[in-house]
Amino acid sequence: MQTEELRLDGNAAGGVLRELFVQDMTAALGTCAGCGATGPVATLLEYGHGMGIVLRCPTCDTPVLRIVRTTGLLRVDLSGIRFLSIPSTIDE
Amino acid sequence: MNEAIGESVATPPRLEWQVASVVSVTQETPRARTLVLAVPRWAGHRAGQHVDLRLVAEDGYQAQRSYSIASAPADGMVALTVERLDDGEVSPYLCDVVQPGDGVELRGPIGGYFVWEPAQRGPLFLVAGGSGIVPLMAMLRQRGRADVAARAQVPVRLLYSARTLDDVIYRAELEQLADASQAEVVLTLTRQAPPGWSGYHRRVDRTMLEAVSWPSSDEPNVYVCGPTSLVESVATLLVELGHAASRVRTERFGPTG
Repeated sequence: MQTEELRLDGNAAGGVLRELFVQDMTAALGTCAGCGATGPVATLLEYGHGMGIVLRCPTCDTPVLRIVRTTGLLRVDLSGIRFLSIPSTIDE
Repeated sequence: MNEAIGESVATPPRLEWQVASVVSVTQETPRARTLVLAVPRWAGHRAGQHVDLRLVAEDGYQAQRSYSIASAPADGMVALTVERLDDGEVSPYLCDVVQPGDGVELRGPIGGYFVWEPAQRGPLFLVAGGSGIVPLMAMLRQRGRADVAARAQVPVRLLYSARTLDDVIYRAELEQLADASQAEVVLTLTRQAPPGWSGYHRRVDRTMLEAVSWPSSDEPNVYVCGPTSLVESVATLLVELGHAASRVRTERFGPTG
Protein backbone atom coordinates (compact mmCIF):
# COMPACT_ATOMS: atom_id res chain seq x y z
CA MET A 1 0.00 0.00 0.00
CA GLN A 2 1.33 3.40 -0.91
CA THR A 3 2.04 5.61 2.09
CA GLU A 4 0.20 8.41 0.31
CA GLU A 5 -3.07 6.56 0.81
CA LEU A 6 -2.44 6.37 4.56
CA ARG A 7 -2.40 10.15 4.75
CA LEU A 8 -5.75 11.52 5.79
CA ASP A 9 -6.71 14.98 7.01
CA GLY A 10 -7.96 16.88 10.01
CA ASN A 11 -11.58 15.93 9.29
CA ALA A 12 -10.74 12.44 10.54
CA ALA A 13 -9.48 13.89 13.84
CA GLY A 14 -12.77 15.71 14.49
CA GLY A 15 -13.97 13.10 16.97
CA VAL A 16 -10.86 12.90 19.14
CA LEU A 17 -10.58 16.69 19.09
CA ARG A 18 -14.06 16.85 20.58
CA GLU A 19 -12.63 14.96 23.56
CA LEU A 20 -10.44 18.01 24.14
CA PHE A 21 -12.61 20.90 23.00
CA VAL A 22 -16.28 21.66 23.59
CA GLN A 23 -16.86 22.73 19.98
CA ASP A 24 -16.02 21.34 16.58
CA MET A 25 -12.39 22.05 15.79
CA THR A 26 -12.20 21.02 12.13
CA ALA A 27 -13.46 24.44 11.02
CA ALA A 28 -11.15 26.28 13.45
CA LEU A 29 -8.26 28.17 11.87
CA GLY A 30 -4.84 27.13 13.11
CA THR A 31 -1.57 28.98 12.57
CA CYS A 32 1.49 26.75 12.19
CA ALA A 33 4.28 27.54 14.65
CA GLY A 34 6.79 26.41 12.03
CA CYS A 35 5.94 28.54 8.99
CA GLY A 36 3.05 30.77 10.03
CA ALA A 37 0.63 29.33 7.47
CA THR A 38 -2.98 29.59 8.59
CA GLY A 39 -5.79 27.27 7.56
CA PRO A 40 -8.67 25.14 8.80
CA VAL A 41 -7.68 22.27 11.10
CA ALA A 42 -9.55 20.02 8.61
CA THR A 43 -6.86 20.72 6.01
CA LEU A 44 -3.97 19.55 8.19
CA LEU A 45 -2.54 16.24 7.05
CA GLU A 46 -3.25 13.36 9.40
CA TYR A 47 -0.91 10.46 9.88
CA GLY A 48 -2.29 7.74 12.11
CA HIS A 49 -0.24 5.20 13.97
CA GLY A 50 -0.95 2.48 16.50
CA MET A 51 -1.38 4.71 19.51
CA GLY A 52 -2.54 8.02 18.13
CA ILE A 53 -2.32 10.61 15.42
CA VAL A 54 -0.07 13.37 14.16
CA LEU A 55 -1.51 16.34 12.28
CA ARG A 56 1.06 18.05 10.06
CA CYS A 57 1.09 21.43 8.36
CA PRO A 58 0.27 20.97 4.64
CA THR A 59 2.67 23.80 3.79
CA CYS A 60 5.85 22.93 5.73
CA ASP A 61 5.17 19.48 7.23
CA THR A 62 5.72 20.65 10.82
CA PRO A 63 3.91 18.40 13.31
CA VAL A 64 1.22 20.81 14.46
CA LEU A 65 -0.70 18.59 16.83
CA ARG A 66 0.11 15.21 18.33
CA ILE A 67 -2.35 13.06 20.23
CA VAL A 68 -1.36 9.78 21.85
CA ARG A 69 -3.71 7.58 23.82
CA THR A 70 -2.27 5.34 26.51
CA THR A 71 -4.07 3.50 29.26
CA GLY A 72 -6.06 6.09 31.15
CA LEU A 73 -4.32 9.01 29.47
CA LEU A 74 -4.81 11.20 26.43
CA ARG A 75 -1.45 12.91 25.82
CA VAL A 76 -1.58 16.03 23.66
CA ASP A 77 1.26 18.09 22.20
CA LEU A 78 -0.02 21.39 20.79
CA SER A 79 3.38 23.07 20.51
CA GLY A 80 3.12 23.22 16.70
CA ILE A 81 0.10 25.52 16.88
CA ARG A 82 0.92 29.16 17.41
CA PHE A 83 -2.67 30.38 17.36
CA LEU A 84 -6.14 28.92 17.11
CA SER A 85 -9.17 30.87 15.95
CA ILE A 86 -12.38 29.03 16.75
CA PRO A 87 -15.73 29.97 15.20
CA SER A 88 -17.96 30.54 18.19
CA THR A 89 -21.50 29.25 18.22
CA ILE A 90 -22.06 30.90 21.58
CA ASP A 91 -23.06 34.57 21.61
CA GLU A 92 -21.40 36.86 24.10
CA MET B 1 -29.80 39.23 29.08
CA ASN B 2 -31.97 36.22 29.56
CA GLU B 3 -31.33 35.34 25.96
CA ALA B 4 -27.61 35.47 26.55
CA ILE B 5 -28.03 33.03 29.41
CA GLY B 6 -30.14 30.87 27.14
CA GLU B 7 -27.37 30.86 24.54
CA SER B 8 -24.77 29.80 27.07
CA VAL B 9 -27.00 26.90 28.05
CA ALA B 10 -26.90 25.92 24.38
CA THR B 11 -23.17 25.12 24.62
CA PRO B 12 -22.69 21.97 22.56
CA PRO B 13 -22.90 18.91 24.76
CA ARG B 14 -19.91 16.68 25.19
CA LEU B 15 -19.58 14.18 22.40
CA GLU B 16 -20.42 10.91 24.13
CA TRP B 17 -20.28 7.38 22.86
CA GLN B 18 -23.72 5.83 22.68
CA VAL B 19 -25.31 2.67 21.35
CA ALA B 20 -27.39 3.06 18.20
CA SER B 21 -29.61 0.29 16.94
CA VAL B 22 -29.66 -0.88 13.35
CA VAL B 23 -33.11 -0.32 11.87
CA SER B 24 -32.48 -1.64 8.37
CA VAL B 25 -29.71 -2.68 6.01
CA THR B 26 -29.67 -2.18 2.24
CA GLN B 27 -27.11 -3.59 -0.16
CA GLU B 28 -26.14 -0.70 -2.44
CA THR B 29 -23.48 -2.41 -4.54
CA PRO B 30 -21.62 -5.72 -4.23
CA ARG B 31 -19.20 -3.94 -1.89
CA ALA B 32 -21.25 -1.28 -0.13
CA ARG B 33 -24.12 -1.44 2.30
CA THR B 34 -26.30 1.22 3.91
CA LEU B 35 -27.15 0.94 7.59
CA VAL B 36 -30.06 2.99 8.86
CA LEU B 37 -29.60 3.67 12.56
CA ALA B 38 -31.81 4.82 15.37
CA VAL B 39 -29.63 6.96 17.63
CA PRO B 40 -31.21 7.67 21.02
CA ARG B 41 -29.54 11.02 21.69
CA TRP B 42 -29.14 12.71 18.32
CA ALA B 43 -29.06 16.49 18.09
CA GLY B 44 -29.40 16.50 14.30
CA HIS B 45 -26.62 16.79 11.77
CA ARG B 46 -25.38 18.83 8.82
CA ALA B 47 -24.79 17.45 5.33
CA GLY B 48 -21.17 16.32 5.07
CA GLN B 49 -20.65 15.33 8.70
CA HIS B 50 -19.54 11.92 9.90
CA VAL B 51 -19.69 9.69 12.95
CA ASP B 52 -17.02 7.68 14.70
CA LEU B 53 -18.04 4.07 15.10
CA ARG B 54 -16.25 1.53 17.28
CA LEU B 55 -16.32 -2.18 17.79
CA VAL B 56 -15.18 -3.73 21.04
CA ALA B 57 -14.11 -7.37 21.12
CA GLU B 58 -14.76 -9.58 24.12
CA ASP B 59 -11.13 -9.25 25.16
CA GLY B 60 -11.46 -5.46 25.17
CA TYR B 61 -9.67 -4.84 21.87
CA GLN B 62 -11.20 -1.84 20.14
CA ALA B 63 -11.29 -0.80 16.51
CA GLN B 64 -12.63 2.61 15.56
CA ARG B 65 -13.45 4.11 12.15
CA SER B 66 -15.18 7.19 10.80
CA TYR B 67 -18.19 6.89 8.47
CA SER B 68 -19.94 9.71 6.67
CA ILE B 69 -23.64 10.28 7.06
CA ALA B 70 -25.57 9.71 3.83
CA SER B 71 -28.99 10.92 4.94
CA ALA B 72 -30.18 14.51 4.76
CA PRO B 73 -30.65 16.34 8.06
CA ALA B 74 -34.44 16.46 7.54
CA ASP B 75 -34.70 12.71 6.93
CA GLY B 76 -35.14 12.08 10.63
CA MET B 77 -32.74 9.15 10.75
CA VAL B 78 -29.06 8.47 10.39
CA ALA B 79 -27.95 6.44 7.38
CA LEU B 80 -24.34 5.35 6.93
CA THR B 81 -23.07 3.72 3.76
CA VAL B 82 -20.09 1.49 4.41
CA GLU B 83 -17.75 0.15 1.76
CA ARG B 84 -16.38 -3.30 2.48
CA LEU B 85 -12.59 -3.38 2.55
CA ASP B 86 -11.52 -7.00 2.48
CA ASP B 87 -8.64 -6.70 4.94
CA GLY B 88 -10.47 -4.21 7.15
CA GLU B 89 -11.29 -4.75 10.80
CA VAL B 90 -14.62 -2.93 10.96
CA SER B 91 -16.20 -2.73 7.51
CA PRO B 92 -16.49 -6.52 6.92
CA TYR B 93 -18.45 -6.75 10.16
CA LEU B 94 -20.72 -3.87 9.18
CA CYS B 95 -21.19 -5.19 5.63
CA ASP B 96 -21.50 -8.93 6.30
CA VAL B 97 -22.61 -9.51 9.86
CA VAL B 98 -24.69 -6.66 11.28
CA GLN B 99 -28.44 -7.19 11.12
CA PRO B 100 -31.48 -5.09 12.03
CA GLY B 101 -31.86 -5.02 15.80
CA ASP B 102 -28.12 -5.13 16.45
CA GLY B 103 -26.43 -2.33 18.36
CA VAL B 104 -23.36 -0.39 17.29
CA GLU B 105 -21.39 2.10 19.36
CA LEU B 106 -20.98 5.56 17.83
CA ARG B 107 -20.38 9.20 18.59
CA GLY B 108 -21.39 12.12 16.43
CA PRO B 109 -22.19 14.09 14.45
CA ILE B 110 -18.63 15.27 13.85
CA GLY B 111 -17.19 18.01 11.65
CA GLY B 112 -17.82 21.64 10.82
CA TYR B 113 -15.56 22.17 7.81
CA PHE B 114 -16.64 19.64 5.21
CA VAL B 115 -20.29 20.64 5.48
CA TRP B 116 -22.70 22.28 3.10
CA GLU B 117 -25.60 24.52 4.11
CA PRO B 118 -28.40 25.50 1.70
CA ALA B 119 -27.75 29.13 2.66
CA GLN B 120 -24.45 28.92 0.76
CA ARG B 121 -25.74 30.29 -2.52
CA GLY B 122 -24.01 29.67 -5.78
CA PRO B 123 -23.25 26.60 -7.84
CA LEU B 124 -22.34 23.41 -6.04
CA PHE B 125 -19.68 21.25 -7.66
CA LEU B 126 -19.21 17.82 -6.10
CA VAL B 127 -16.36 15.45 -6.97
CA ALA B 128 -16.48 11.92 -5.56
CA GLY B 129 -14.15 8.96 -5.78
CA GLY B 130 -15.63 5.60 -4.77
CA SER B 131 -17.34 5.71 -1.40
CA GLY B 132 -16.44 9.40 -1.23
CA ILE B 133 -19.91 9.86 -2.70
CA VAL B 134 -21.48 9.29 0.73
CA PRO B 135 -21.18 12.75 2.36
CA LEU B 136 -21.87 14.37 -1.02
CA MET B 137 -25.08 12.33 -1.26
CA ALA B 138 -26.23 13.93 2.00
CA MET B 139 -25.72 17.32 0.31
CA LEU B 140 -27.61 16.23 -2.82
CA ARG B 141 -30.43 14.86 -0.69
CA GLN B 142 -30.62 18.01 1.40
CA ARG B 143 -30.75 20.16 -1.71
CA GLY B 144 -33.39 17.84 -3.15
CA ARG B 145 -35.65 18.51 -0.14
CA ALA B 146 -35.66 22.24 -0.87
CA ASP B 147 -38.37 23.95 -2.91
CA VAL B 148 -37.91 24.79 -6.58
CA ALA B 149 -36.95 28.41 -5.95
CA ALA B 150 -34.29 27.45 -3.43
CA ARG B 151 -32.94 24.76 -5.75
CA ALA B 152 -32.68 27.26 -8.59
CA GLN B 153 -30.25 29.25 -6.41
CA VAL B 154 -27.96 26.24 -6.21
CA PRO B 155 -27.37 24.45 -9.51
CA VAL B 156 -25.42 21.28 -8.80
CA ARG B 157 -23.03 19.08 -10.74
CA LEU B 158 -21.58 15.81 -9.57
CA LEU B 159 -18.50 14.22 -11.08
CA TYR B 160 -18.28 10.68 -9.72
CA SER B 161 -15.35 8.37 -10.35
CA ALA B 162 -16.04 4.67 -9.75
CA ARG B 163 -14.23 1.51 -10.77
CA THR B 164 -17.14 0.02 -12.70
CA LEU B 165 -20.80 0.85 -13.26
CA ASP B 166 -21.73 -1.80 -10.67
CA ASP B 167 -19.62 0.04 -8.10
CA VAL B 168 -21.64 3.26 -8.47
CA ILE B 169 -23.34 3.70 -5.10
CA TYR B 170 -26.88 5.22 -5.18
CA ARG B 171 -26.95 4.67 -8.96
CA ALA B 172 -30.73 4.56 -9.30
CA GLU B 173 -31.20 7.65 -7.12
CA LEU B 174 -28.54 9.55 -9.07
CA GLU B 175 -30.20 8.58 -12.36
CA GLN B 176 -33.51 9.88 -11.01
CA LEU B 177 -31.89 13.18 -10.01
CA ALA B 178 -30.39 13.51 -13.47
CA ASP B 179 -33.59 12.51 -15.28
CA ALA B 180 -35.56 15.06 -13.28
CA SER B 181 -32.93 17.69 -14.17
CA GLN B 182 -32.32 18.18 -10.47
CA ALA B 183 -28.62 17.59 -10.82
CA GLU B 184 -26.09 17.08 -13.57
CA VAL B 185 -24.44 13.74 -12.95
CA VAL B 186 -21.25 12.80 -14.78
CA LEU B 187 -19.75 9.36 -14.21
CA THR B 188 -16.26 8.25 -15.05
CA LEU B 189 -15.33 4.59 -14.84
CA THR B 190 -11.69 3.83 -14.08
CA ARG B 191 -11.67 0.09 -14.76
CA GLN B 192 -14.30 -1.79 -16.72
CA ALA B 193 -16.92 0.02 -18.76
CA PRO B 194 -19.99 -1.81 -20.06
CA PRO B 195 -20.36 -2.35 -23.83
CA GLY B 196 -21.57 0.79 -25.53
CA TRP B 197 -20.48 3.03 -22.62
CA SER B 198 -20.30 6.57 -23.97
CA GLY B 199 -19.22 8.30 -20.76
CA TYR B 200 -15.75 8.97 -19.42
CA HIS B 201 -13.54 5.94 -18.97
CA ARG B 202 -10.43 7.13 -17.17
CA ARG B 203 -9.27 8.76 -13.96
CA VAL B 204 -10.33 12.32 -13.29
CA ASP B 205 -7.88 14.63 -15.04
CA ARG B 206 -7.48 18.29 -15.90
CA THR B 207 -9.36 18.08 -19.19
CA MET B 208 -12.30 16.37 -17.52
CA LEU B 209 -12.44 18.93 -14.71
CA GLU B 210 -12.31 21.78 -17.20
CA ALA B 211 -15.17 20.23 -19.14
CA VAL B 212 -17.38 19.39 -16.16
CA SER B 213 -16.77 22.12 -13.57
CA TRP B 214 -18.13 25.63 -13.72
CA PRO B 215 -15.49 28.23 -14.57
CA SER B 216 -13.83 29.70 -11.49
CA SER B 217 -15.47 33.05 -12.31
CA ASP B 218 -18.83 31.48 -11.34
CA GLU B 219 -17.33 30.87 -7.89
CA PRO B 220 -18.78 27.41 -7.29
CA ASN B 221 -18.56 25.85 -3.85
CA VAL B 222 -16.55 22.70 -4.41
CA TYR B 223 -16.52 19.56 -2.26
CA VAL B 224 -14.09 16.75 -3.07
CA CYS B 225 -14.20 13.43 -1.24
CA GLY B 226 -12.56 10.11 -1.93
CA PRO B 227 -9.22 8.34 -1.74
CA THR B 228 -6.28 10.59 -0.82
CA SER B 229 -4.67 10.41 -4.28
CA LEU B 230 -7.88 11.50 -6.04
CA VAL B 231 -8.66 14.25 -3.54
CA GLU B 232 -5.19 15.75 -3.70
CA SER B 233 -4.90 15.64 -7.49
CA VAL B 234 -8.40 17.07 -8.02
CA ALA B 235 -7.89 19.86 -5.46
CA THR B 236 -4.53 20.79 -6.99
CA LEU B 237 -5.97 20.84 -10.52
CA LEU B 238 -8.96 22.96 -9.49
CA VAL B 239 -6.68 25.54 -7.88
CA GLU B 240 -4.56 25.53 -11.04
CA LEU B 241 -7.77 26.17 -12.98
CA GLY B 242 -8.28 29.31 -10.94
CA HIS B 243 -10.61 28.18 -8.16
CA ALA B 244 -9.90 29.76 -4.79
CA ALA B 245 -8.38 27.15 -2.47
CA SER B 246 -10.72 28.34 0.28
CA ARG B 247 -13.70 27.34 -1.85
CA VAL B 248 -12.40 23.84 -2.54
CA ARG B 249 -13.19 21.74 0.51
CA THR B 250 -11.64 18.32 0.77
CA GLU B 251 -12.06 15.16 2.78
CA ARG B 252 -9.74 12.20 2.39
CA PHE B 253 -11.05 8.67 2.90
CA GLY B 254 -8.58 6.09 4.13
CA PRO B 255 -7.95 2.52 3.03
CA THR B 256 -8.26 1.03 6.52
CA GLY B 257 -11.81 -0.15 6.87
